Amino acid sequence: MNPAMARDLYIRMLRIRLVEEKIAELYPEQQMRCPVHLSVGQEAVAAGVCAAVGSEDYAVSSHRSHAHYLAKGGDLRAMMAELYGRVTGCCKGKGGSMHLIDRSVGFLGAVPIVGSTIPIGVGAAFGTFLRKERRVTVVFLGDGATEEGVFHEAVNFAVLRQLPVVFVCENNFFSVYSSLAVRQPSTREIYELARGYGLESRQGDGNDVEAVYGLAKAAVHRARTGGGPTFLEFKTYRWREHCGPHYDNHLGYRSEQEFEEWKRRCPIARLKQRLLQQGVETQQDLDKLEATLADEVEEAVAFAKASPFPELQLLGEHLYAP
Amino acid sequence: MTRDVKFFQAINEATDLCMARDPSVYLMGLHVPADPKGVFGTVSGLRKKYGPDRMMDMPTSENGMTGVAVGSALVGMRPIMVHQRIEFALLAVEQIINQAANWHYMFGGCDAMPLVLRLIIGRGWGQGPQHSQSLQAMFAHIPGLKVVMPATPHDAKGLLIAAVEDNNPVIYLEHRWLHNIFGPVPEGHYTVPIGKARKARPGRDVTVVATSYMVLESLRAADLLARDGIEAEVVDVRTLRPLDTEYILESVTRTGRVVAVDGAWRSVGFAAEILALVAERIYGALKAAPKRVTFPDLPSPSTPALAQHFYPRAVHIVNEVRTMLGLKEVTEEQLGIQHESPLDVPDKAFTGPF
Repeated sequence: MNPAMARDLYIRMLRIRLVEEKIAELYPEQQMRCPVHLSVGQEAVAAGVCAAVGSEDYAVSSHRSHAHYLAKGGDLRAMMAELYGRVTGCCKGKGGSMHLIDRSVGFLGAVPIVGSTIPIGVGAAFGTFLRKERRVTVVFLGDGATEEGVFHEAVNFAVLRQLPVVFVCENNFFSVYSSLAVRQPSTREIYELARGYGLESRQGDGNDVEAVYGLAKAAVHRARTGGGPTFLEFKTYRWREHCGPHYDNHLGYRSEQEFEEWKRRCPIARLKQRLLQQGVETQQDLDKLEATLADEVEEAVAFAKASPFPELQLLGEHLYAP
Repeated sequence: MTRDVKFFQAINEATDLCMARDPSVYLMGLHVPADPKGVFGTVSGLRKKYGPDRMMDMPTSENGMTGVAVGSALVGMRPIMVHQRIEFALLAVEQIINQAANWHYMFGGCDAMPLVLRLIIGRGWGQGPQHSQSLQAMFAHIPGLKVVMPATPHDAKGLLIAAVEDNNPVIYLEHRWLHNIFGPVPEGHYTVPIGKARKARPGRDVTVVATSYMVLESLRAADLLARDGIEAEVVDVRTLRPLDTEYILESVTRTGRVVAVDGAWRSVGFAAEILALVAERIYGALKAAPKRVTFPDLPSPSTPALAQHFYPRAVHIVNEVRTMLGLKEVTEEQLGIQHESPLDVPDKAFTGPF
């Protein structure tokens, strides 16, 4: 991988990490009055996939969408302001953390009903097909979403019409507290299930951003050149609790040991080590980079906190589109 | 030029016209191109004209395909989705209510959601509990949706064109028993504005507020009442959400009496909403307690032996009005009503099944 690309991936991941950790730090102030589903530990999938598409391409996501939104190029200030419920937020405060959107970079939206954006993403791809555009649509989903009927309905249609879609499944092994073991047969891999629908389906290391990027690039190329949809499964791990800023290993639904093993495979630390070993970056360069990104995050938080809340008149607005 | 056409032809004309005017309009539904009857004639001939991508058959995946329609609407298409029975749309209420209805508001006005769902309400010939429900109140309960129920061929065409041109999700409910009624329909493009009620018949003594097929029964009732010098005004609601409240209130203020007639369940229903509106806003104008004529709060039975007692008819409306005026109830026999065809079919030409 060329150094510029590696640096791009590193920046995308680190930026997500710093944003999420800042949210975790500030959440106890109780000024972000909405649920937050943090992506700490899962940054590589968002970064690797989004680096393989352009802002003319589309993406949709679900409840854990901060990473996807940011990696796709979504406006950080508008996201922070949305979490703070301010009128400068990407939904003017009406959506909160679970409804991020930035049409200027093709991020069509995120919703917290598991699986619901899968057919919507396929529909966006169908729309581009009908309009004879060359855009690719990325559908981010979790392992739980593959248990929803609508996943199967949408994949079937995408294959039927050979639509330009890349399904990206982040398999973090848990639907809230329910492990994959109580939800799907242990003898079957998710990407194999998807393959049964007749589309290209691959599995990759979700904590290796370069591997993610490589698989995503091939899938996006296939979609853009009329080769139809691809399903990509990436195993990865959410470090913090399902919803909220804390760690929750003490609850007992997963073991401390399992958590520590995944933490050792931190996607950001892994790439950082490679960059340093290969002499692509120096420690000083990376420190400087991190400081710059941290400043950007601080600035976005300050922007959000300084922004006004929506006026009462906004309560009744946007019921219908003009 | 205006000429008489059937309700189903009016829908067909509206669809044809919308698709000819705007290449982003497309229609999908199960069996749409394969159905030799062309979804009760409403899409006959259109596939040949517009091709399989714009007159599109679909997998048996109501929820997923509604999501596909929603997604395509986000990127510039204007989908029309058809379900041959409203019950099939229940598989897709997640997409309709959570997503389509909320989308514009929850994203702070970022996107429009131009989506039309044509849902056909069945009735008769033993279609029973899952092929003849009337769920307008459920959809009309949801902010963000628009809900229309045309009762004439004129409105069937004008409201469908308005729905397709609207930038919001519109639930277009068509009653199977209206498909074959005749009425004057202008040629070419026109719209009936969403959110406007219509005076189907003027009157001074009582306002009958009715929806869809029950507008026809209400007009029959008004004819019967007129024989005894009772002048009933019939208001055809046309749009259940957003409701034309001022129009309804103006009429009831004038007559001082109201009967809400809705072909659906009684409790927590649309007729209840009309009564609540009147009671809250113009209680002082009422000369009598407001009344409703609805289905009983029961699933709709299949056998004609029970179905004939399930669906209210003109005589039931007549008697609500008579009771309100302190007059004795009458029977269909006393009114001289003779049914030309059995009560489980829309007209005598019909030989089943739907």
